[in-house]
Amino acid sequence: MSFATRYLETRERFNQAFDGFFLWLAMRFRVLVIEVGQLFEFALGGVRLFFTKPYRFDELIVHMEFIGNKSLGIILLSGLFTGMALAYQIFLGFRLVNAVSLVGPTVGLGITRELGPVLTGLIVSARAGGAMIARIGTMRVTEQIDALEVMGVNPIQYLVSPRIIAAVVVMPLLTGVFDFIAMVGCWVICIKLLDMDEAAFFDRTYLWLEPYHINEGLFKAAVFGLFFAVICTQRGYTTKGGAEGVGSATNRGVVLSMVMIIALDFFLTNFINMYYNIFGLHNGR
Amino acid sequence: MSDETPPSQIKVSEMTPESGAAMTDETALSAAISIRDLAKTFDGKEYVLRDLSLDIPKGKITVVIGYSGTGKSVLLKHILGLLKPTQGSIKVLGREITGMSTEQLTKLRHSFGMLFQYAALFDDMTAIENVLFPLREHRRELSQDQMIQIARARLREAGLDEKHYKKLPAEMSGGMRKRVGLARALALDPEIIVYDEPTTGLDPVLTEMVDNLIVSTHNLRKGTTSIVVSHDLYAAFRIGDHVVMLDSGRVLLHGTPQEFLDSDIDLVKRFVSKGVRKELHVHSEPSHSVE
Repeated sequence: MSFATRYLETRERFNQAFDGFFLWLAMRFRVLVIEVGQLFEFALGGVRLFFTKPYRFDELIVHMEFIGNKSLGIILLSGLFTGMALAYQIFLGFRLVNAVSLVGPTVGLGITRELGPVLTGLIVSARAGGAMIARIGTMRVTEQIDALEVMGVNPIQYLVSPRIIAAVVVMPLLTGVFDFIAMVGCWVICIKLLDMDEAAFFDRTYLWLEPYHINEGLFKAAVFGLFFAVICTQRGYTTKGGAEGVGSATNRGVVLSMVMIIALDFFLTNFINMYYNIFGLHNGR
Repeated sequence: MSDETPPSQIKVSEMTPESGAAMTDETALSAAISIRDLAKTFDGKEYVLRDLSLDIPKGKITVVIGYSGTGKSVLLKHILGLLKPTQGSIKVLGREITGMSTEQLTKLRHSFGMLFQYAALFDDMTAIENVLFPLREHRRELSQDQMIQIARARLREAGLDEKHYKKLPAEMSGGMRKRVGLARALALDPEIIVYDEPTTGLDPVLTEMVDNLIVSTHNLRKGTTSIVVSHDLYAAFRIGDHVVMLDSGRVLLHGTPQEFLDSDIDLVKRFVSKGVRKELHVHSEPSHSVE
């Protein structure tokens, strides 16, 4: 076989592999676009139907209680230990540069702007989001959703809308609780264990921590609530294949919503900073 | 209205300002459901239903049978308006449903009651709460006491003992769940009752119980149209006024049980010969004597 023939054959194989790869990539991209479109349509329908008659306020209260009240214990515990651990680590670092009086505001900024909403989002999406998928998924595979439709009840309005709105409302509240209890943990470590000056702790924290830092975290929490509730309800709603399908949907849905929260946090942080810069709210901090 | 009133005579419409189940002479004479040239494909290539035409008579029990994958469930979903046909026409109680909006279909579905294969009860609600659910959704003008009265009447009608009213579905047997499912299907006094594979997976005693329940419900509610989708040919012949057999998305045969037994169609003969022909005693005129 001549060199030219071998060259042509190799080039042909390479071209085929290259085409195959891009074909695969295009197919994956197509699937991704379709899935994102379906998710967006689902979210839009879910939110819109909440403001359409018949209103589902009773369901909203039930789901707010489930997402909020039943997550309170784990949020308190996580918040307390996060605040304590963060305070101690920052104290160890700041002691090297003789800046221990800034431990309070540093923990405050870190908690309210990042860790508070992100950790609350992760905890609640794992606990309540998983339960949402399992509940709606079980209803799907046992024909309970079909029964709702046959009875003339819109399943999206009955099952999905109240959960989405409940998550959007409750997540900032839980984040507020997380922020507060984390600062209590920070105070315990700094004042009671490390014997720092209490007046300096409160003075510096008050000086550096602005209300808009807290609002930034609460806004993020509401967005995380929207995303995890939409992802989890949609995964549950489209569950197929019996008990195994419910398990698989729960697993995938929880993982996806947790990854989404972390990724979204990055983009939201940049978006919020951009907003601060445009409207001059940043004050250099 | 006292507790002594026969359950089937307690009607939701009697407690509402306007009657929901009034029939005109015209609709009384026509078929409850009329399907013409129905075709359905999901992928544009393979047709699940093709040129299917069928009249389901009003006030009778029609049993739809056929091998797995012949389109029974898809046909049922079309009748309920859960699927849109690729082509063809479906008239339910004289109204064309293929072009209806979601809101119109939602209203139309108030005319239907459906018993699912595994009852599909809401597992976080007790038996009586399951029956109250459609009333709370669609009869908001009723007081709570009136709703409870109707729910109790429907559960009595379905033959559920009062001591089970506050049980969750997980605490009930298969037969009890079927009774609650039927009571829920009857809650709004539907004109058409649909039974989706009601005896699949049940033992012979429970199968007979469910068959009896279908017939007694039909007998108690004069003028109600019942559609039973089933694999169970024996039950089909025992309870059905009319039997429809589907094959490859088409109606293979539509007739009385006797016409099925007398049929020369090879597929029907094979279906019937699966141990049924010799056991059956088909009444010359189905009288729903099963009690």
